[in-house]
Amino acid sequence: MDVQKIRQDFYLFKNDNIVYLDNAASTLKPKAVIDALNYYYERLGVNVHRGVYKLSYEATDMYEQARAKVAELLNCQFEEVVFTRGTSSALNLVASSYGMANIEAGDEIITSELEHHSSLLPWQQVAKVKNAKLVFVPLDEDLRITVENFKKVLTDKTKVVALNYISNAMGYITPIKEIIKIAHEKKIVVVVDAAQAVPHMPVDVKELDCDFLAFSGHKMCGPTGIGVLYGKYNLLQKMEPIEFGGDMIDYVGLNESTYKDAPYKFETGTPIIASAIGLKAAIEYLQRIGFNFIIEKETELRKYLVEKMQELDGVTIFNPHTDTGIVAFNIDGVHPHDAASVFDEENVAIRAGHHCAQPLMHCLKQVATIRASLYFYNTKKDIDRLIIAIKKAKGFFDNFI
Amino acid sequence: MSYGNLETLYRQVIMDHYKNPRNKGLIGDETYYKVHLKNPTCGDDLTVQIKVVDNIITDVFHDGTGCSISMSAASVMSETIKGQKLEDAKKILKNYLQMVKGEAFDEELFMGDAIVYQGVANFPARFKCATIAWKALDKAIFIHDEEDNS
Ligand SMILES: Cc1ncc(COP(=O)(O)O)c(C=O)c1O
Repeated sequence: MDVQKIRQDFYLFKNDNIVYLDNAASTLKPKAVIDALNYYYERLGVNVHRGVYKLSYEATDMYEQARAKVAELLNCQFEEVVFTRGTSSALNLVASSYGMANIEAGDEIITSELEHHSSLLPWQQVAKVKNAKLVFVPLDEDLRITVENFKKVLTDKTKVVALNYISNAMGYITPIKEIIKIAHEKKIVVVVDAAQAVPHMPVDVKELDCDFLAFSGHKMCGPTGIGVLYGKYNLLQKMEPIEFGGDMIDYVGLNESTYKDAPYKFETGTPIIASAIGLKAAIEYLQRIGFNFIIEKETELRKYLVEKMQELDGVTIFNPHTDTGIVAFNIDGVHPHDAASVFDEENVAIRAGHHCAQPLMHCLKQVATIRASLYFYNTKKDIDRLIIAIKKAKGFFDNFI
Repeated sequence: MSYGNLETLYRQVIMDHYKNPRNKGLIGDETYYKVHLKNPTCGDDLTVQIKVVDNIITDVFHDGTGCSISMSAASVMSETIKGQKLEDAKKILKNYLQMVKGEAFDEELFMGDAIVYQGVANFPARFKCATIAWKALDKAIFIHDEEDNS
């Protein structure tokens, strides 16, 4: 597979000299996805599940085909795919519905300091309301989650485990399959934040045996505003909706109503039709590229990036042993936001900040970090330009001292 | 590529205030009006204290952590504002905000070293850094005025 050819699918690469290294925040969108969105808006543009006319039928069909595509990607049943606004909404749905109904005073919820705020805060809220306790897996010296350390915090009071599959700040892969196996021995429910995993590697929910798993379309070449909650069907069926209104109902009376089965009871109102259709196009696009190629490319680029950065003086890498294309660093003596302004002058788009992981910043003893995150469409030339930008930032600020 | 714009942003004055901040450190005196502000997206964290006697800002302190723009701006603000009448401080504050937004501002008005932050107008992403100290000042004055009115 030729990366130069792949890059032709992206407007910005064809028309701008940009180095895009903020893929963990969001990826760029290929033409195939934009075409799918346009198809819906131009040729259909109507609501789903409602009209008894051809256009509505086709829109409904495309929306449900998107669900089927996700089910194929994750290796789950069609009815186990709930469309949400993104990972955050999906994780909130689990906490607000499953969490609020099943967590009691004194129960323990295991999570970690490595979580994205979206994985931590919904459970923080449940714990607060229910008088339950949040328990944090102690991170090892590299700040990884390990099976050993997970076992240390597991107790008879543990009811839910909410962990990331890949950390968006450190790029580590959590040994989630083993953790799930151990948790299930105690009948504990495991919620997986897979926002950084699904875009970058094959994720098989049957093989993992996770109870819930969430991801976002926009981090995998898809549109914004669409994400997925996978849930085991028997769990989803037992859960109460958290939003009520049109579409999700079965029979509506004045004082009582009944709801549709999962997943529809969680999708009230006009759904995210266009973005679901766009997500299907994104999945098909990634399948054409192939996860083997994606992993191979990211591994090669990550090695090159870490190697080049280690050659630089005065640059601290916080995760030299990262498992993925996420590399966190700082330039000694230069605040990340000051560095970011130099990167911006060099047309290198890269994230400086706390990456929605403030607890982890405390662990790193940093107010913020700079994060380079790769995707299959990046090149060694992108990395060379990042290295030049780092050198310029260093030189620029050294000059003032 | 020319670094003209960046050079303007990070003038010597700014780096000087960053490396050698004036009026830095807080004072444990309850008669000062104290405001603590944070910018969660970049981790800037700043506290500003002002003392007001007869409608004159007689003393200013600041302390916190953040990038060179936000920390230097706190130092510059403290120097510029110290000794100013409240009404003049408000004018400077308003003028400063207009200036860093790239709007028309009064170039005749006394601004002290704060004038060097003109370059921020070319870096909208840094607007928050350049204004956090001034927003804290604004709040501190607001608290004073509220107390004064009641
Ligand atoms: C690990 C992780 N979890 C959750 C999220 C939240 O995703 P979204 O903003 O699409 O809801 C992100 C991305 O921002 C992430 O990287």
